Amino acid sequence: MRSIQKNLNQFNDAGIRPVAISVDSPEQSRDLCQKAGYTFPFLSDPKLEAITRYDLVHKGQGENGGDIARPAEFLIDSSGTVRWRMLTENYWVRARPEQILEAAKLLP
Amino acid sequence: MKRLNWPIWLGFVLSVFAFLSYPFIFVNWATTRDFPWANLLLFAIAMTFVFVGVRRAFAPGRRLWSKVITSVVATICVLSLAMFIFAAFVAARWLPQSAGAPQVSQKAPDFTLTDTNNKRVSLADLRSLTINNKPPKGVLLIFYRGYW
Repeated sequence: MRSIQKNLNQFNDAGIRPVAISVDSPEQSRDLCQKAGYTFPFLSDPKLEAITRYDLVHKGQGENGGDIARPAEFLIDSSGTVRWRMLTENYWVRARPEQILEAAKLLP
Repeated sequence: MKRLNWPIWLGFVLSVFAFLSYPFIFVNWATTRDFPWANLLLFAIAMTFVFVGVRRAFAPGRRLWSKVITSVVATICVLSLAMFIFAAFVAARWLPQSAGAPQVSQKAPDFTLTDTNNKRVSLADLRSLTINNKPPKGVLLIFYRGYW
């Protein structure tokens, strides 16, 4: 997330809007954004609506055994088609901005 | 003889630092996050001091309590390394298959969620709202575990 924020100008120049999604409440996300200085949108999915639709539910990993999202990134073009994705096999390993910006070059 | 067995204590402090510096420091850069080589390097240095400390404690002339304390501290250091390796290379891989996740060239499922201003935002909105007064080329969805 930090690396996305650091490269936000490059993302904007490439016409890419980063959007973060988790089960956190809007208040929690607002706190996080204020503390960490994130200026791109953070969406709250406490009922796992989008997370379920994208088949990313990680059961029992959250607070009090609740369900959360597994880490994943999707690059979607303006017509709504997935153009690139990364479903990490180890959640210590995340997509790097360079990879995403490289993939963004393929967008029409 | 009341010589402090400093290598074992230095090894202990380094082990604790090697463990805790991942979430607090090294997770912040992709090069030290994706593969925790900085932490493993710190552990390697820590283990060297632990080894030296154990050898010292079991050298002739050391008291029994020195052997006991050194053994306990050395065990804690080795266990912290084992826990770190387990967390990084075993537990971090316990992820769902996500076989139903949208594939490349498939349509991304739409959704409507609440943003940090309590406004409802859909994927369609995100795809059409302008960036720097230009229509966006794409949206990068970043699903993350959250901080609860």
